Amino acid sequence: MSEKTAKKKAVSRSEMTKWQWTWKEIKRNKVAYAMIAPYMLIFLCFTVLPVVLSMVISFTDFNMLEFPTPVGFKNYTRLFLYDDIFLIACKNTLIFAIIVGPVSYLMSLMVAWFINELSPRIRAIVTLIFYAPSISGQAYLVWGTLFSGDSYGWANAILMELGMITTEIQFFKDADWVMPLCIIVALWTSLGTSFLSFIAGLQGIDKAQFEAGAVDGIRNRWQELWYITLPNMKPQLMFGAVMAITNSFGFGGVVTALCGFPSVDYAAHTIVHHLDDYGGQRFEIGYSSAIAVVLFAVMIGSNALVKKILSKVGS
Amino acid sequence: MAKLRTRKHKVVLARSAGGDAGITVLLVILGVFMFVPMYYVVIQSLKPLDELWMFPPRFIVYNPTFKNFKDLFSLMSGNLVPFSRYIFNTVFTSVAGTAGHLFVASLAAYALAKIKFPGAKGTFKLVQTSLMFHQTVTAITSFILMSALNMIDTYWAIVIPAWGSTLGLYLMKQFMDTNVTDAVLESSRLDGASELRTFWVIAMPMVKPAWLTLIVYSFQSLWNAGQSVYIHSEQLKSLNYAIQQITAGGIKRAGASAAATVVMMLVPILVFVVTQSNIIETMGSSGMKD
Repeated sequence: MSEKTAKKKAVSRSEMTKWQWTWKEIKRNKVAYAMIAPYMLIFLCFTVLPVVLSMVISFTDFNMLEFPTPVGFKNYTRLFLYDDIFLIACKNTLIFAIIVGPVSYLMSLMVAWFINELSPRIRAIVTLIFYAPSISGQAYLVWGTLFSGDSYGWANAILMELGMITTEIQFFKDADWVMPLCIIVALWTSLGTSFLSFIAGLQGIDKAQFEAGAVDGIRNRWQELWYITLPNMKPQLMFGAVMAITNSFGFGGVVTALCGFPSVDYAAHTIVHHLDDYGGQRFEIGYSSAIAVVLFAVMIGSNALVKKILSKVGS
Repeated sequence: MAKLRTRKHKVVLARSAGGDAGITVLLVILGVFMFVPMYYVVIQSLKPLDELWMFPPRFIVYNPTFKNFKDLFSLMSGNLVPFSRYIFNTVFTSVAGTAGHLFVASLAAYALAKIKFPGAKGTFKLVQTSLMFHQTVTAITSFILMSALNMIDTYWAIVIPAWGSTLGLYLMKQFMDTNVTDAVLESSRLDGASELRTFWVIAMPMVKPAWLTLIVYSFQSLWNAGQSVYIHSEQLKSLNYAIQQITAGGIKRAGASAAATVVMMLVPILVFVVTQSNIIETMGSSGMKD
């Protein structure tokens, strides 16, 4: 009986066009659409629509009060040809992302790998030590205390005790110090979701593979890492990369909290700050949307690049 | 062929002593880098005022005191808006945002992971792509949308977007993919259970680690939320914002502000300690397969 109906179905499928089949499937799975509907409605409204809207508005002049007037590529030409501070922001963002992204990524991976062979209890404690800064809210402000501009700051005190300086360094107000310090703080808070994902990925690798590898002539832990461990956790590596990239671009708030806005001589001015400056303060929404679109492009581009690099792992 | 030796009855690869030592040293250096600032946050909150302003600054407390915490609570009571209101705001948005997110995202994750329907793959791909976008980038257009929806300056401006958080759906869907077997669902469907009932009675109890992870992630981000551009009435602002106002009070409040930081960070850390093994389990299936 069931075989017969199956046959009947198969026949009827071949008689239908692709669209008819799809439509039938859609009707058959009404429940599934109902189940994703609430989430998708919110997701489209607050995640997708803002992105689309940014793209549209970026081709207009818009001040939130009057109706937007289309201006073609004017915002983009202004951005790249006439806005010197945007170019500084691009440079800083690039330096920031190129250092913080890969370093935090490698740091997460290395630490996860180092602690993989520890006993579960010790591993849990070490995990907590490394993960805690990323979930501790305002705790990063302690760097402002450690590197504060007066002699109660720990860094200044040490340097003075050692006789290396005689007057305090205004760390977060000094254009030479701002960027390196922000990078350090960023790294300090960066062992987050990707770190946990790597730990789990390493735990999930079948131990038999290592034994087989040993028999096949893997000589040391570095070969083991490259030929067995990393290829086995490629999906986690990709997920971790996406998280690391997103975080390294969304770091503006921490910089503002530590260095103020604008940072001295725009030394730590990133694209996100520039966006906030024009969108949140000057209400040049069209222009700030163009900045946002540039950021989307950079984020998607860097994700594609990382994907390409990761495909080389283990070869 | 590589040398094999046994450690705890398992065959493992020969590990050079030099490599072990190097790794230990690196791990300790990184560990100190991560730990010292956290330690400093905690001891600052326990220092009496004269030790807070000691030159050179000390890494130990001579006379630990809870006075800073007491000061914090007395400062809280001297506020324009009663402090309990800020606590209520943060607790309410955290709980409402997290509960809604758990329900809405699990429902969608189940359909995407376990029902084959046209558009499922594309939909999930879209969600996965949006993981790449940081919220700050869309803050301005979100603001425009929210004012069009009359959500500005209400709790909903915080709560509803939290329901649609991307990471939660992503992790839940991936976890269901690997941990809910189709056979179990099929037998439930054959018994005549509706899809909704199968989801609630069969699938959800199988993915408890993923629930906890969703709850923890959503709670953390809502708990740590500071001043929001969508909220301007003082009555609706978050606990984190109120505590920042105390911190902004300058030198005489250094003790209370250190205490405030500790109180705020203790909650997410404790939550993580309790749920760590579940979160790691969930992360086991977090991988992005293309």
